[in-house]
Amino acid sequence: METTNILLAGVGGQGVLLASQIFTSVAIEADLDVKQSEVHGMSQRGGSVTSHVRFGDKVYSPTIDPGEADFLIGFERLETLRNVHCLRPGGTIIYNSMRINPSTVAAGVAEYPDEIAAKIAAFGEKTFQVDGLGLGQEAGNPRSANVVMVGAVSSFLPLPESLWEEKIRELLPPKLVDLNLKAFHLGREAV
Amino acid sequence: MSEKKAILSGNEAIARGVWEAGVRLASAYPGTPSTEILENVKNYKDIYSEWAPNEKVALEVGIGSSIAGARTLVTMKHVGINVAADPLFTFSYTGVNGGLILVSADDPAMHSSQNEQDNRNYGRFAKVPVIEPSDSQECKDFVATALELSEEFDTPVIYRTTTRTSHSKSIVTLGERTEQPGKVELIKDMPKYTMLPVSAKKRHPLVEERIVKLKEYAETTPLNRVEMHDTKIGVITNGISYQYVREALPEASILKLGLTYPLPENKIKEFAGKVDKLMIVEEGDPFFEDQIKVMGVKVDHGKDLFPLLGELSAAFIKAQVSGVATELKDAAVDLPGRPPAFCPGCSHRGIFTILKKLKVFVSGDIGCYTLGALPPMSAMHACVCMGASISMGHGMAKVVENSDDMSQKVVSVIGDSTFFHSGMTSLLNCIYNKSNSVAMILDNRTTGMTGGQENPGSGRTLSGEEAITADIPALVKAFGIKNVVKIDPYNLVDIEEKMKVALASDEMTVVVVEAPCVLRYRISHPPLKVDAEKCTACKRCLTVSCNALSLEEKGDDSFVVIDPNMCAGCGVCAQVCKFDAIGE
Ligand SMILES: Cc1ncc(C[n+]2csc(CCOP(=O)(O)OP(=O)(O)O)c2C)c(N)n1
Ligand code: SF4
Ligand code: SF4
Repeated sequence: METTNILLAGVGGQGVLLASQIFTSVAIEADLDVKQSEVHGMSQRGGSVTSHVRFGDKVYSPTIDPGEADFLIGFERLETLRNVHCLRPGGTIIYNSMRINPSTVAAGVAEYPDEIAAKIAAFGEKTFQVDGLGLGQEAGNPRSANVVMVGAVSSFLPLPESLWEEKIRELLPPKLVDLNLKAFHLGREAV
Repeated sequence: MSEKKAILSGNEAIARGVWEAGVRLASAYPGTPSTEILENVKNYKDIYSEWAPNEKVALEVGIGSSIAGARTLVTMKHVGINVAADPLFTFSYTGVNGGLILVSADDPAMHSSQNEQDNRNYGRFAKVPVIEPSDSQECKDFVATALELSEEFDTPVIYRTTTRTSHSKSIVTLGERTEQPGKVELIKDMPKYTMLPVSAKKRHPLVEERIVKLKEYAETTPLNRVEMHDTKIGVITNGISYQYVREALPEASILKLGLTYPLPENKIKEFAGKVDKLMIVEEGDPFFEDQIKVMGVKVDHGKDLFPLLGELSAAFIKAQVSGVATELKDAAVDLPGRPPAFCPGCSHRGIFTILKKLKVFVSGDIGCYTLGALPPMSAMHACVCMGASISMGHGMAKVVENSDDMSQKVVSVIGDSTFFHSGMTSLLNCIYNKSNSVAMILDNRTTGMTGGQENPGSGRTLSGEEAITADIPALVKAFGIKNVVKIDPYNLVDIEEKMKVALASDEMTVVVVEAPCVLRYRISHPPLKVDAEKCTACKRCLTVSCNALSLEEKGDDSFVVIDPNMCAGCGVCAQVCKFDAIGE
């Protein structure tokens, strides 16, 4: 299998890292070589977070270079726009349309850009908007929006549904499994 | 036995590696990107592990364990080695008994650091070998080799990772634990372990001989590996750069160095002789390049193509070698940044709100409170290294003329973990030398910035056992400081009044703020609400820089709203509101 590059972008605290973990464990189970990279440290304090997931027959670099992502998964619309240039020509954008104010916007020293959806669409690639927050709520907790996004992307990947379910069961605390399986399916059906 | 595989970060893999290699003691001070190594080691019950209050102590604990014969791990971030440099340089002379590896986790591109130093230089400076893995499997496997080398050559080993090797995950084949060879017991050997001039003079020549022997070892060790492909381009590389080179130049021949100090001169010359063009691809300083040039080897490209600032990447290497950059779509411009900010409910928020209002010069330190330097707070005016706030503030106060001008008064601000790390000696200096500065110790009972690790004030150890809770006010009083004041960080009036008294005094005042980190200890009160009728959208509350607050615009009307999912109900924003619009 050629290397698949998935770039996840969101805000500290949104569960970007758990989502990455689901991707990497599914890929490893499918007998693929996998690398994942993220930078953490300051990200917990509400900063931007990106995580790079790469899998295929053999993967060297743990990071995805600009212009090489097959999928950009945005967990928030401004963070999606911030990373659109990382997508390869013909790549796919799947993003949660929710808004989280950066501290500069909350403090009134910067403005949250408008018409983000149009700007993302203007990049001309395949674009899917997902109401991650709404679907998360429907699943039982808005915090499961990250797993909604995993579900949405899973429908584009040639990996069996049962594998995803198995890994969600393994990676989440038992009392959150049912809720997150529901979130996964809602996401999978949303695109 | 079937092979067990796991996907591990480099840091998790190092923890696994030291467990497999029979390490018995591990000590560290937290620091990104090294912290998760000990956080994982603590789960292996065969290893005794602890947080030290600073890196010098961590290494000294490790030296003791090594002298007693135990295999030992010490970890820190790159700047931590500066703190531990004193014991390191002389430990190089005594050598080890049980093998010891000192992890230096460097941070090219400064993802979360105050500088970008390349710690391979320490290997050369302290005359100890440096080993660098390039993925998680090597992070695990090289540990055993490093410990064997440490014991065979009687030397500590610097084990250098970078943010990308420490924090990237890749697949690792796991092994089992082998108990270390040799016995753990105290054996008196004064000439080896007591460094007086008389003994050190005998040890230094051994250190020089050791480097010569290590050079021979470097020629044959499997840590250094040649991968011959096409001979048009030959690349000498290390660590994560190796992965980028493999991806960018699949045809190139490679000499991959795992032992990056001392260098294998013959191997390098032989490799250089087989390829048409020799390139050196290394992040950071021209560490290989300079040494290889001194060997008389012709280097076609090095720092001219691959600069020493920041990180490299596969795409960058490809573009530099081919001379053609891939055309990229423009990134969206003028987007508001998303810098980290104090958590909603953080006890540092009120303190910086008042420091800003008082217009004093804030001599800062390193921790979550350093975020007080960013706009809109913009209330920290100097920050150099851990523990420096109080000593720098003292130096400032000594030379600046005494006046009532608030902008010429200094307040030093330091966190609890940083105070224990290296702020205590600074404070002792202040009282000894009659400082008239003000120092604030923000005691949130944890090492917040690095993810909430335990420290001597937390009441718990790394392994979760109950421990002492160091009493900071009592400690400060014991130094001889009379003015010790406690402040409630959620009461802005209290902060302002007490700070004004402290700033007016011509004797040193130490202000202690005791309030636990709300993120680490999951502290939360019912969220506050904004009364839209009363809110005039003056934006005053927004200056406290809390992500739970935002300005909502509905038609012509605008007012502030509080996100109930984020607000921790701390009340700081309510206290700055002049219209009494924020309440329960
Ligand atoms: C020499 C050195 N070691 C470690 C670090 C990493 N580091 C940055 S801030 C910090 C601790 C901050 O804790 P504290 O002072 O209690 O403040 P808090 O973040 O809890 O507000 C550490 C360990 C560093 N920058 N320099
Ligand atoms: S982690 Fe703790 S100290 Fe750091 S900003 Fe959050 S609440 Fe404040
Ligand atoms: S009370 Fe105000 S400052 Fe405190 S957490 Fe809530 S919104 Fe933020």
